[in-house]
Amino acid sequence: MSLATQSEFAAALIDPALAVPDGLTAWNGSRPARRFGVYRSNVTIGLIGALSSRFPAAERIVGEEFFAAMAREFIRLHPPRSPLLLAYGDDFADFIESFEPTREIPYLPDVMRLEALRGRAYHAADTVPLDAALVATIEPAGLAELTLVPHPSASVARSAYPAITIWAMNTGEIELADIDDWTGEDALVIRPQMIVEVHRLPPGGATFLEELFSGTALGEAYERALAEAAYFDLSANLAGAFTAGAFMAIR
Amino acid sequence: MKPSELPRRAGVGFKPEHFTAINGATQPISFFEVHAENYMGDGGPPHAQLRKLREDYAVSIHGVGLSIGSMQPLDQDHLVRLKIVCDRYEPESFSEHLAWSTHDTTFLNDLLPLPYTEATLAQVCAHIDQVQTILGRQMLLENPATYLLFEESTIEETEFLAEVARRTGCGLLLDVNNVFVAATNHQMDARAYLGRFPVQWVREIHLSGHSETIDDAGAPLLIDSHDTPVKDPVWALYEELIGRTGPIPSLVEWDNDVPEWPVLRAEAEAADAILKRAAARRAA
Repeated sequence: MSLATQSEFAAALIDPALAVPDGLTAWNGSRPARRFGVYRSNVTIGLIGALSSRFPAAERIVGEEFFAAMAREFIRLHPPRSPLLLAYGDDFADFIESFEPTREIPYLPDVMRLEALRGRAYHAADTVPLDAALVATIEPAGLAELTLVPHPSASVARSAYPAITIWAMNTGEIELADIDDWTGEDALVIRPQMIVEVHRLPPGGATFLEELFSGTALGEAYERALAEAAYFDLSANLAGAFTAGAFMAIR
Repeated sequence: MKPSELPRRAGVGFKPEHFTAINGATQPISFFEVHAENYMGDGGPPHAQLRKLREDYAVSIHGVGLSIGSMQPLDQDHLVRLKIVCDRYEPESFSEHLAWSTHDTTFLNDLLPLPYTEATLAQVCAHIDQVQTILGRQMLLENPATYLLFEESTIEETEFLAEVARRTGCGLLLDVNNVFVAATNHQMDARAYLGRFPVQWVREIHLSGHSETIDDAGAPLLIDSHDTPVKDPVWALYEELIGRTGPIPSLVEWDNDVPEWPVLRAEAEAADAILKRAAARRAA
């Protein structure tokens, strides 16, 4: 097989509009369209499966058939660049952001981002989080200069929509119901042990954790959180993050 | 080079949904096989489960994404990832497929066929040399389930596999379901194929189910779907083969529409019964 033949074969797998490559045969001399179609469908169905296992809430929101159609479009334009399918679809949410047919579900990309972060937390390195009791032992004098190392599974999900509630409703975590308080929601995604957890954050909490996770000192992270939410409660937020297991070390 | 050395008994392709059932009791299973790519994350439940299984069972790492049949160079990052998985679990065996799945930088997520020519033979051998050098272990190469043929092929598949094993020292993984599927799809005699197969290099056997459809001319076309029990004609071919070769490590795979654990375990026990009968006949 020359490289050119393999290129032609590969291109025709991804794009069904292309003809079946030359040089392929069947014992009975039949046109090998259906036979080639087996490979085409294996590629697409396998990748749709990989995406649906990463984005179950999104699939539930739009329905199985619609999800398969939007996955098909994503696969055609953004096929995987690595055999590491557990990371395939990290940019699916960005693609859906500008996907015309889902424009009327504006919260969908944020739900998908949350699902992608959960997937990353699931496969992140295993480390014992810092003991929550440690917060009480920190000397107040040095507190402002303190920097913390995030747990490998920790990340922050932010949304201008109630994406966390919508996600929870579509994974069976909570009952499906009308959402009375249609407001933005943020969350900490974390896997301290073997189960991925999603903790809702109060106003300012997402900024606070994002700052800390990127290495900003505690004092400055607090200032930034305050600038966003005047009633930001430092000790409650810090204790909440420690209890959730958000950090692995004090720098 | 560390040789492939699975127990000459029955094993099962591990599915995470079976972990609790498997972990709750001693299982009549000699080894578990996992897809390497599912264990390339840094941590989390997949590794916790495999670590636990590793304590009690032999383990086979089976790659599905290396693209050994590619006409382009192997993905070095992926080779390193494979090495990390092998170093982490010290499996009794590592295997991959006579197929390609990556082109340029696109991963096509299927085991795609290649023609059998002197050029592809040289390329496959060079890739296997690289894998075995980097992993420091013998790998097994699996015969594919194929749906079409290439006009340019000049070498018969069993001859191609024999030559790869001769040149590289790799072992072979003989998938009996793939033989039955390919034989039906290409109107060949599965028994004659197995008669030609270089069994002296076979270190593992795969058994699984397939589904049926038709080609453009209405002829039967079997799909290697791994979503049913092992079919009777595949069991028959397997039993004949084991009668001839003696016991060979044998794995039952069931990857789609996965049944409850006892159903899959019973399939492995059926394979194990055949292996035990063959071993008893040899001892007699």
